[in-house]
Amino acid sequence: MQLVLEKRAEQSTAAALVSPLVAIAATLATMSLLLALLGKNPAAALIVYFVDPLTDGYSLQEIAVKATPLVMIAVGLALCYLANAWNIGAEGQFLIGAVAGSWIAVKTQGTDAGHWVLPAMLASAAIAGALYALIPAIGKVRFGASEILTSLMLVYVAELFLDYLVRGPWRDPAGFNFPTTAEFDPVATVPVLVEGGRLHLGAILALLAVAAAAVLLGRTLKGFEIRVVGAAPRAARFAGFDPDRAILVTFAVSGALAGLAGIIEVAGPIGHLQPGISPGYGFTAIIVAFLGRLNPVGILIAGLFLALTFIGGEQAQIAMKIPLDVTKVFQGILLFYVLACDSLILYRFRFISKSPGVLRGTG
Amino acid sequence: MSETTPGGSPPDAKPLLQTIGLTKRYGTFLANDGIDTEIWPRQIHALLGENGAGKSTLVKLIYGLLQPSAGEMRWEGHVMVLAGPAQARARGIGMVFQHFSLFDNLTVAENVALGLDGKESFKDISARLREVSRLYGLPLDPKREVWQLSVGERQRIEIVRALMQNPRFLILDEPTSVLTPQEADQLFAVLERLKAEGRAILYISHKLDEVKRLCDTATILRTGRKVATCSPKAETAGSLARMMVGTEIKEIRAATRAARMPRLVVNHLDLVPDDPHGVRLDDVSLELKGGEILGMAGVAGNGQDELFAALSGERLVEQSNAIVIEGIAAGALSITARRRLGAAFVPEERLGHGTAPRMKLSDNTLLTGHAAPGMVRHGFVDTQRVLAAVDRITESFDVRKARRDPEAASLSGGNLQKFVVGREILQNPGVLVVSQPTWGVDAGAATVIRQALLDLAAGGTAVLVISQDLDELIEITDRIAVMFHGRLSASLKTADATREQLGLLMGGSHPGQEDTAHAARA
Repeated sequence: MQLVLEKRAEQSTAAALVSPLVAIAATLATMSLLLALLGKNPAAALIVYFVDPLTDGYSLQEIAVKATPLVMIAVGLALCYLANAWNIGAEGQFLIGAVAGSWIAVKTQGTDAGHWVLPAMLASAAIAGALYALIPAIGKVRFGASEILTSLMLVYVAELFLDYLVRGPWRDPAGFNFPTTAEFDPVATVPVLVEGGRLHLGAILALLAVAAAAVLLGRTLKGFEIRVVGAAPRAARFAGFDPDRAILVTFAVSGALAGLAGIIEVAGPIGHLQPGISPGYGFTAIIVAFLGRLNPVGILIAGLFLALTFIGGEQAQIAMKIPLDVTKVFQGILLFYVLACDSLILYRFRFISKSPGVLRGTG
Repeated sequence: MSETTPGGSPPDAKPLLQTIGLTKRYGTFLANDGIDTEIWPRQIHALLGENGAGKSTLVKLIYGLLQPSAGEMRWEGHVMVLAGPAQARARGIGMVFQHFSLFDNLTVAENVALGLDGKESFKDISARLREVSRLYGLPLDPKREVWQLSVGERQRIEIVRALMQNPRFLILDEPTSVLTPQEADQLFAVLERLKAEGRAILYISHKLDEVKRLCDTATILRTGRKVATCSPKAETAGSLARMMVGTEIKEIRAATRAARMPRLVVNHLDLVPDDPHGVRLDDVSLELKGGEILGMAGVAGNGQDELFAALSGERLVEQSNAIVIEGIAAGALSITARRRLGAAFVPEERLGHGTAPRMKLSDNTLLTGHAAPGMVRHGFVDTQRVLAAVDRITESFDVRKARRDPEAASLSGGNLQKFVVGREILQNPGVLVVSQPTWGVDAGAATVIRQALLDLAAGGTAVLVISQDLDELIEITDRIAVMFHGRLSASLKTADATREQLGLLMGGSHPGQEDTAHAARA
């Protein structure tokens, strides 16, 4: 018997739905093995990871807080990826958005600036994120530079720029030399939804982004344009759509969403600008985008799931002394399996017999 | 590997290849249903059938790309089981596909090297490639990258690649659909020579005259079953067609048409190609009135692609009045703006250019339909209207498909072509530019498409047909012009043009024609 991959005549809808679940199952199996090798009880560890965070209100809120930037960034990335534009630098756009928004917060600190401050911060973060994302997009369109490399490299530029600001000009004079700005004023802070809770206005904005992207992709000509450009560039040109324009637009939108997520994180849960404001949201969002099948609603679910791994990972570190790096390993394995399982949508497995005389196939 | 290939069995004692009750089942659908055939050395064997009759499935089974659900194949009398094409090639089975399997970004030589199983050095392969292509009169530049080549040139690569494997049994899928009559004659000479060398050839075609002329035996398939084995030389084209479709194919009728105002005009169009290996358009002029069908003949790669792109607006022209659609200078207008002037376009490549293969028919209807009002309002797509348009196309052009809205790639070639042509015709265009309208399409679908083009012209539309199929042009056009090295000849009245005249023009000579406009050749 021999196992072969056979191309399907049509993409299978069932496989498209099942493939992320298969990927998650395979990831859990691999994780169990890994945990066993670390000397931990896999069953107990997986319960701490995936079940315990769902059982108390605090953790549930925390999951939503973590999912907010993931979903917001991943929705933008999905637009890029559908248009065959590979924005890998959402992390950098996130940081630049956080910096641009913080600039207004820092400059208005201690003044009696009114309620215009937060909207201005959000707007400037979105614009800065979009402009930062346009650098690799223009490089791609004008010079044919690989956007994968340039967008990724710009992440490190953004990281160092942020680092410089909080260690230099923007450092809180009363901050005992810690590399951080002063706490933002109340008018420069994203309000929480419930008094005393952690869930903030950003979660609503993330939901709006999901809804807007779902309508854009499902119902509008612009969304159709994005999908055609990615699926068949020559057919897109024949349709009168300009692939270059689609790259610029999707990069700009994706950068704006990442920048917005950045300032929301800083002006929301964190409250000031400092290095390490992101535990790799921009990269994890790539996993979220693919796990969600580049579909906005799928991304919402996948974002919550990935957020669960962050919270579960923290709890596993506390309860079972499992290193936090295991969470990153988990996320990496998950992306690997998601991409591998995607081939199930275009191909199917088939056994073919090599024994003589028996010509019965299973197809 | 199950059986041994005997080296010393006497030739012609048993068939080279025999299929016994060969069956391929997809769920409940029988793509091949108990097919018995025998293929002998020193024979050109035709495989005839409409699209969807099961020709491709049968060939894929023989080439090891598919495995049968039941039945068996025998190679020189021994049971043969193929796990893949490499095993088929190892036995000496070669194949030239209708849809080419070439890597666009690699050179001709690299593509050939990738298709060979042996450990020959790249230098040897290049040398042998030159040798084979010279020997069989199939000119190829080994260093050109495939994306720059025309369909006809790409096919040459496939043929040469197959010949380089020195096959004992060669399968060709619709090989002449992109060739000029002269090129086809050259190919036939190659095939006759291969036959004389003792090889067997399986020849898939829908051109019945060719089959009658070339083939010794024919196996005719209909809806997955073998309906007859016959000697094509003893049959008429009509009787062969009857066996293929089960009914008489109706004649195309041309309605008499009154000439009207020019709807498409090209004025001294010069165009330098974006691609350094492309063809430069040199002073191309034409005028096409409503109700008229102009044919553009020519060997692939003589500037037809470039002209199509310039006409459609995929390539903009600086001099806006070089292209005039419905009296409006359109050279600088986008393809969408040109569609709004009432122009419609059908490109040569249906998968990837005319349609997005992995998108649904509804999406592919929107692809060109969004320019006209109706399908899109305020940026939002009216899904119901798009689906209704799919239904109209399906019904008017008899597009056969499994579901209401399948992916474009899941349709057979003929059905997808009917869809693509129907999609544009139902827009009711004033000007239609169509490239290779029936390439790789079976006789039934080709008749439907040609009749639709005639009916459209009868309704007052100006139709420009770019085709390498001279028979087709002679059948449906009023005038024919020939494209050679980026220049367009003066047009001839189809009724007065002879094949020889056209063939010579396609080769670059001007048979007894005073062609003042093009006398000074650059």
